[in-house]
Amino acid sequence: MSNNVNLLLKVSNLAVSFDTVEGSINAVQGIDFELNKGQTLAIIGESGSGKSVTASVIMGILTCPPGRIKSGEIFLNKQDILKLSETDRRELMGNKIAIIFQDTLSHLNPVFTVGAQIAECFEVHKNYTKKESWDKAVKLLDRVKIPSPHKRAKDYPHQFSGGQRQRVMIAMALALEPDIIIADEPTTALDVTIQAKILELLAELRDERNMGLILITHDLGIAAEVADKVIVLKNGKIVERGTLKDVFIKPKHKYTKELMNSIPGKFDQKYKRNDNIETKPILEVKNISKSYDTIACDNVNFNLFRDEIIGIVGESGSGKTTISNLILRLIEPSSGSILYHGRNIFDFDKKELFNFRRKVQIVFQDPYASLNPTMNVFDIISEPWIIHADFLDKKLHQARISELLYSVGLQPSDSKKYPHEFSGGQRQRIAIARALALNPEIIICDEAVSALDVSIQAQIIKLLKDLRNKFSLSYIFIAHDLPVVRDLADRVIVMKSGKILEEGNVEEVFNNPGNPYTIDLLKSSPSVEKLLSN
Amino acid sequence: MRKYLSKRILSSLLAITGLFVMVFFLARLTGDPGHLYLPIDAPVEVRKEFSEKHGFNDPIYIQFGRFLEDLSEGDLGYSLRKERPAIDIVLEAIPVTLSLAAVAMTIALLGAILIGSLAAYKPNGLFDRISRVVSLTAASAPDFWIAITAILVFSVSLGWLPTSGIGGLPYWIMPIGILVIRPLGLLVQVVRGSMITALSSDFVKTARAKGVKEKKVIFKHALRNGLLPVITVAGDQAAAIANGAVIVETIFGWPGIGKLMIDSIMQRDFAVVQASILITAIVILSINIIIDIAYAILDPRIRHK
Repeated sequence: MSNNVNLLLKVSNLAVSFDTVEGSINAVQGIDFELNKGQTLAIIGESGSGKSVTASVIMGILTCPPGRIKSGEIFLNKQDILKLSETDRRELMGNKIAIIFQDTLSHLNPVFTVGAQIAECFEVHKNYTKKESWDKAVKLLDRVKIPSPHKRAKDYPHQFSGGQRQRVMIAMALALEPDIIIADEPTTALDVTIQAKILELLAELRDERNMGLILITHDLGIAAEVADKVIVLKNGKIVERGTLKDVFIKPKHKYTKELMNSIPGKFDQKYKRNDNIETKPILEVKNISKSYDTIACDNVNFNLFRDEIIGIVGESGSGKTTISNLILRLIEPSSGSILYHGRNIFDFDKKELFNFRRKVQIVFQDPYASLNPTMNVFDIISEPWIIHADFLDKKLHQARISELLYSVGLQPSDSKKYPHEFSGGQRQRIAIARALALNPEIIICDEAVSALDVSIQAQIIKLLKDLRNKFSLSYIFIAHDLPVVRDLADRVIVMKSGKILEEGNVEEVFNNPGNPYTIDLLKSSPSVEKLLSN
Repeated sequence: MRKYLSKRILSSLLAITGLFVMVFFLARLTGDPGHLYLPIDAPVEVRKEFSEKHGFNDPIYIQFGRFLEDLSEGDLGYSLRKERPAIDIVLEAIPVTLSLAAVAMTIALLGAILIGSLAAYKPNGLFDRISRVVSLTAASAPDFWIAITAILVFSVSLGWLPTSGIGGLPYWIMPIGILVIRPLGLLVQVVRGSMITALSSDFVKTARAKGVKEKKVIFKHALRNGLLPVITVAGDQAAAIANGAVIVETIFGWPGIGKLMIDSIMQRDFAVVQASILITAIVILSINIIIDIAYAILDPRIRHK
């Protein structure tokens, strides 16, 4: 071992496999890295790269079986923690090393107050009384900037927003002032402005306590914002390592280069729409408002032309999805109208509405939830034709499905398979094929690439562009991720609290944002460009 | 929460009213009580007098009107057979059944939580395999057969326990034992299933990452989440016992509500049938409301709805 006094953690030759019915899968194949005090190490990788498995092994929460640690040593304070007894190991967990998870709603216990969950750290590791532990928990909530912590400590996880829950999670990890915090995709589910604040808080705490931070992420932008050192994982192997700048500016490995090229927002190969084809919009959203208990959508106006892609960006609660539901006429507006080729869709009778439904289709965010697991691809794509029986003769279904699968980059033979046999990106292709089935004019993509890895995201965006060119489609592309919108959209609409704050051509809005909120959004959006331009 | 509860209570009252109307008419479909209460060769005049005295020869809607009138005064009628107010008879029987149900369910629930949780901790482990076979057998065992076999073995052959009747602890062992078997078998399976889900939840990972001891991970973090479906099934089972542990009560001669209901139907003792069904319905609906409250106590997300 080296005599580096700042060394906190040393992982060497770690290999983990999972025993399944189809044999053993090598999830992590001999990786090694070191972490020093006050340092942030980013572990970058896409789904299945083994990054979260590595974190589970370090934390001792890998489920064995099916998981199996085949080899390796993990030195924490010159002690191989894999060789410790369970009791000794437990003593370290939460105490010397702590973890922050991605999905805070499922990782916090729903039936205990957040105060109790934070206080539990002290009850487990120190002999504090209940009262002392509780007071400490309240102090921690204050430290992570939860307003009125005395009151909020008595609340349950579901009563907090996503950003606040992540703060609670951080408070819990901080409780015993560990040497190392592992943050496993800590901001993936959060809005960009909140994400920026959480990352800022983590960096602040790291510096304050000289902690080591391991940041596990698939988002290169986030790594570029906070990391000092980077390792890139693919299929359980480290393919590249080095300082942040080395890896990002001069990537050596083919995969890293590919990743860097997949980063959205580079603004190239733009398809130029011919503005003169048609002057009449196909869809006119006019003064539309919708209120539930609160106002979800407030006097929104915009037009969509043939062959155009409009990006709607905004954070959760901005009214993006309400707009999409209104255009699909899944909900009725409180006031206002939406004209489709000049006719208000809310005046349509049953038959007109039925025909309108063919023309507007949607692709949802989560391809794991939006495809019925009990239907095969053939049934999924042909279902619209069964509902709209006059659209296509039954004999032609198979041929058309083959065509559609081909145009979304899948094989005709895939039509007999079921959704679980596909990866996330492939599933999203199936969802797109389903949306195309009725030759629509408009496709609404509601966060359609948000759940995908960057390289897959880039492929789907390319596919969407190609399909637009091929079929003259118009898209309403709803996203919280600004760079993706920049890549795909012709025009962009920025929404907040149900209102449109800014609208314009993508180049204009991104280069010269007029509204302070847009400026804030762009600034918060983690980007590799800032690093590269330095 | 309060609003929710009052809504539940209101809808329960509606259900009771509907049930009541149904029971009144159904009971009268069983035939003329006179046939049972008078000697087979009773002269026509005697029969007529009997019917007139009890109002059985009035049109049924008049009988129903009279029944409602009495009910509004809290009068549930008079038992033909025992010549006492029906409600008194029912109120004597119900505590017998309720105490059987309470003891049996407590034992079944606690046993199931312990066995089910341990089985869920290592699915497909040795303990899990054994408990799965045993619980499946228990859940599908016919209680009348077990009861009779138990009497044969423990009372007749070994002479350890009394064959039937009410009394001290020895009298409770067999009835309770038999009432526990089926709910225990069923609940072990439910606890196991919901604990496997709870133990593989993300918040259990968080607890382990905090260094919480395994015993606490199971019985504090996972159990409270895993209990919700268990309570629903336990409530159903408790209701089933309260509804009359007919077989056990009959075999062991316990004067509970199940036995009373069967006897009064056989005897066309309409007032007692009605009164026992009303009281049982109230008990079952109360159990349901208690389950709702338990749900709210266990899960804050329901409380805040």
